[in-house]
This record gives sequence, structure tokens and C-alpha cells, in this order.
Amino acid sequence: MTTGVPGVVETLESFGETTLVVDPSRIVEACTHLRDEDGYNELVDLSGVDYLGWGEKGVAGYIGTAGGRDLNEPGAQGYGRLPDPKPKRFAVVYHLLRVSADPARLRLRAWLDDGEEIESVISVWPAADWYERETYDMYGIVFRGHPNLVRILMPDEWEGFPLRKDYPLGGEPVRFSGER
Amino acid sequence: MTVVPDTRIYEGTRIPARCPTILDVDPAKHDLEDILTVNFGPNHPSTHGVLRLIVDLDGERVAGLEAVVGYLHTGFEKNMEAKTYWKGITYPERIDYLSFQANELVFVLAIEKLLGLETPEKAVWMRMCLSELNRIHSHLVWLGTSALELGAISMFWYAFRERDMVLDLFEMVAGARMHTRYFQVGGLAEDIPEGFYDATRAFTRHMPHAIDDYEGILDRNQIWLERTKGIGLLSAEDALALGQSGPMARASGIDWDLRRNEPYLAYDEVDFEVPVYPNGDVYDRYKVHMDEMRQSARIVAQCVTRLEELRGAPWIADDRKVVLPPREELHTSMESLIHHFKIVTEGYLVPEGEVYVANESARGECGCYLVSDGGPKPWRVKFRAPSFAALQATATCVRGTAVADLVAVAGSLDPVMGDVDR
Repeated sequence: MTTGVPGVVETLESFGETTLVVDPSRIVEACTHLRDEDGYNELVDLSGVDYLGWGEKGVAGYIGTAGGRDLNEPGAQGYGRLPDPKPKRFAVVYHLLRVSADPARLRLRAWLDDGEEIESVISVWPAADWYERETYDMYGIVFRGHPNLVRILMPDEWEGFPLRKDYPLGGEPVRFSGER
Repeated sequence: MTVVPDTRIYEGTRIPARCPTILDVDPAKHDLEDILTVNFGPNHPSTHGVLRLIVDLDGERVAGLEAVVGYLHTGFEKNMEAKTYWKGITYPERIDYLSFQANELVFVLAIEKLLGLETPEKAVWMRMCLSELNRIHSHLVWLGTSALELGAISMFWYAFRERDMVLDLFEMVAGARMHTRYFQVGGLAEDIPEGFYDATRAFTRHMPHAIDDYEGILDRNQIWLERTKGIGLLSAEDALALGQSGPMARASGIDWDLRRNEPYLAYDEVDFEVPVYPNGDVYDRYKVHMDEMRQSARIVAQCVTRLEELRGAPWIADDRKVVLPPREELHTSMESLIHHFKIVTEGYLVPEGEVYVANESARGECGCYLVSDGGPKPWRVKFRAPSFAALQATATCVRGTAVADLVAVAGSLDPVMGDVDR
């Protein structure tokens, strides 16, 4: 179905969904191919994921012991296994949809380290505009070639990127009225 | 079935060339003194919340436009990463606060997909029933406020009269009029109350007549027609390029509805039609909303019939690792008490993986991208907000319209700012 897509590193199948892991330097090439050859005419979503601390105890609020629990095994303690390590810290995830009589969905993922940039897909799907701005706003991932890559949800002068795992929840100082 | 039509609303594309969401003033006009920049919102009664539009006016015409969002950003997605799944269900409802059942449903469906949990038939049909009632509720708020903005104040009272009937049904089922938290992982929070069937059936009989009344007020109203027809144009190609879905897409001629094209729940077992209109203007968006309310009432009636047959059936899956035990067992069973305690305090574990689940909310494709690391809290939750996508089309839709029509166009996109900003 989706063969011959340029830049594909790996094809994953899980929960009935297909994920193509794409080389970030060839993302525009891959997206153009998917739009023109495979008919994925709509970009429904684009977002980032921060995997800092993935699989390390404590970061995501682990409680229980590591190793040794099958979810479906009653009375088992702890986890079946620790989650597989991820190759890089950030993932940029694209959800594509084919709006046609033969609908299909596809997920693309590109791995990035902190500070690495990725090409904007705004030229392929104009819908990427605000999604890329949001991903930049929340994770600090820079999309090269985006005409207006500024914060969208947070105030312009905001420091830090709120959805990063090292950005604390409730880290914003509370200012009370009358405080000097 | 052709999903995307061959006929064109206008030639070529009207998406702004430099940046898809910013309408730039024509450079030849840019330095003239008669370009006036006006700030519209965020605190303006007709912005449907806190939308801010920076508008460049050339006389009465809109020459440039930029939408500014984020005034209602509350960090739902960050908060949900710190809550167990069980506690997180309350958050999505508050994202799109008018189409709350759809958001709640999509999050619950995503968790169930990761868990591989089957829900009882009764829960499936009740979820469908409430989702459709919720669509009517959301469309009524849209209709009332959008008509109000164009001066049809009586429309507002009529729409809110029926909206209140829907909220009464929600109250009967869940005890809360909005943000019901009635959908649980595995099924429903409570059984369906006995009076619900008759009350809902009476409502489904009443609703088509109410819609006739609305159309009686608006359909032949010269002011309404002149202010909505041919305004806010969006072609099918541009709608797809800008990621539109739901009523926005269907008013542009795209024959696409997730309930029919990618059936979830039991939508493949009910009878309904998908309204599609070809002109891509404000009037066609209005017509799509009206027809959808009729169809929703039809679906609700079918759901009630099916639910009545399922009286006495279980409403939640029997899986004590995920589902809270029945309240009365807590007094007599030690096992149940332990399960209750564990689910409420540390939550249940959801297998490692990632899923994207989408449903058709009142505004279009409402999606949830959920990443789990195998722990009791989501690693990442991302909501695909239909309003966020709809607002990206603002610059394309207002091209060349008069400033007075800006309100009509912005209203027709049906943005809920909670959904946009999350």
C-alpha cells in the first residue's frame, strides 16, 4: 500500500495502525510522495512528543516495581517489562488521512534530538502552519522554512517550553495582588 | 460516491501565498494612509470566546487579517500527563466545552483501544445516543449565537429553549447538565435511569418541529439570506489543504463524515444521511448544521429503541482491574474494597503503545493521540481540535469580504476557543 516512500527508516504496525519512521532530513520528500502518489490529501494532526526519561523510574510517575507483571495476570506485581528505549529525545508525529472513497490513515514519525531542526511541511499541506507553531511553542522544535514560527498558545515573552518533560508542572510563579 | 466534488466554488486557490493563516495587505496599498488596522477582540461579544483578529481595513473591505489565539490556553495536555487515566477523563470534556461528550468519548475510546477492552452493547448505544444529543446541543448554541450576531435575536431564545431540553436529559442521566463524566473506561458510570427513554423519545418527536420553526424564521428572511449567501467562500480543495473536517468540509461539498466513512461505536447499524452542500459559504454551513440536527434526532430515536430492548443488560465491562466495583459491594467484600482503593489511588496500568482515535464531534474530526509507557498515567495526550483547524481557514474565508461580514464568517467557522487553545 505505502511502498516506495522516500526516507522511510522503519515501518511499524501496532493496534491496527501503521507508523512510518522517516528520516527527518527527507520529511518533505516523504510527505510530498504520500500526498501525490498515495492520496493522503489531509494532514489531520501534527504534534511533538518528549521522551526524556522514558522508561526510567519516577519520571512519569511510576509506582510499583519494575519487572514481572503481566497486566492480564491477576495478582501479578510490577510491570511486565520496561518500555523499549527510544532513539532520540523528541518525536514529531504527523497524522495523515486519505479523504476518498477508500479512506486510510497513516502516522509518520521523525526522531530529533534537542536542538535539531526539521523542515516545515507547510508547502505540502498548508494546514501544518498552526500545528508546527504549536509544536514549536510547546517543545521548542524548530521547523525550518516556516514563514511565521512564533509562539501561538503561550504569551510571546514566555520562557521555556511547557510540554517538555523537564518543565515542571506548576512551575509558573504565582503573583499576588499588592506584591511588590 | 465521489467524496470530493469536481465542480469548483472558485478558480484556483485563495489560501494566502506567504503564510496560509495570514492575509497580507496588497503591497501596492500597504503604505497608503487609508489602510486602517483594527483590533477585533479578544473581549468582543461576537468572537465566540476570546478570539482576537487583527484586521487591516481598506474602507469597508478587509484587506489583511491575522487571527491570534491562545488567550484560553490552560495546559490541559500537560495536566493530564500528571493524572492517572481514571482522573484524566474529566479534562477532555472541558476542552471543547460545547461538544463535551465527543471529547470524553474519544479519550475513553483511546484508553480502551490500548487496554483491548470490550464494552457492553448497552454502553455502545448509550454513548452514541448521548453523542448525538450533544451534537444537537452544540449546534443549537452555534445557531443561537450566530444568528444573534447577525441581528436575529429571537433565534437565540428559541434555540436555547430546545438546548435546555437536551441539558435536562443529561441531568437526568448523569446528574450534571454539562461535563457529565458519564463515559467511563469500559462503559458507563451508571445504569440508564428509567424515565430517560420516554423523555428522550418525546424530545426526538419534538425536535424536527422545532427545526421547522427555526427554518421558518431564517430560511426566507431576506436579511439573513443576504448576510450569509456567497460570503466566506471556501472551496473543497482549499478545505482539504487547510485540514478542514465536519460541517466546514461538508458545506464545501466534501462528502465526508467519520460516522459513515470510518464507522465507530454502532454507527454502521443506524440509518442516517450525511448532508452535503456545494457552495462553501456561510449559508451552506448553516444548512449543514440544520440538517445534521434532524439526522441526529433520527439517530437518537433509533438508539432509544435499541436501548429499550437492552433493559437490564450490563452497562459496564466486568473487569475489576480497570472498572470500579459496584458501590454496594464495598461494604461486604474485602476484594472489592482493595480494587476500589487501588484504582482510585494509583490507577490502572495501560499497556505500552500509541494510538490515534478520532470521532465526529459537532465541529468535525475530534482526535486523541495517546502515548502510554505502560504506567498508570498517560505519557502524552494530544487532542486534535476541530476548531483549531477551522480557525486556520479564517484568512482564506474572509478574503475580500466587508468588515460587517467578518462576524458572520468567524461565527460560521464554529470555533470554541477552549477547543482551540486547550
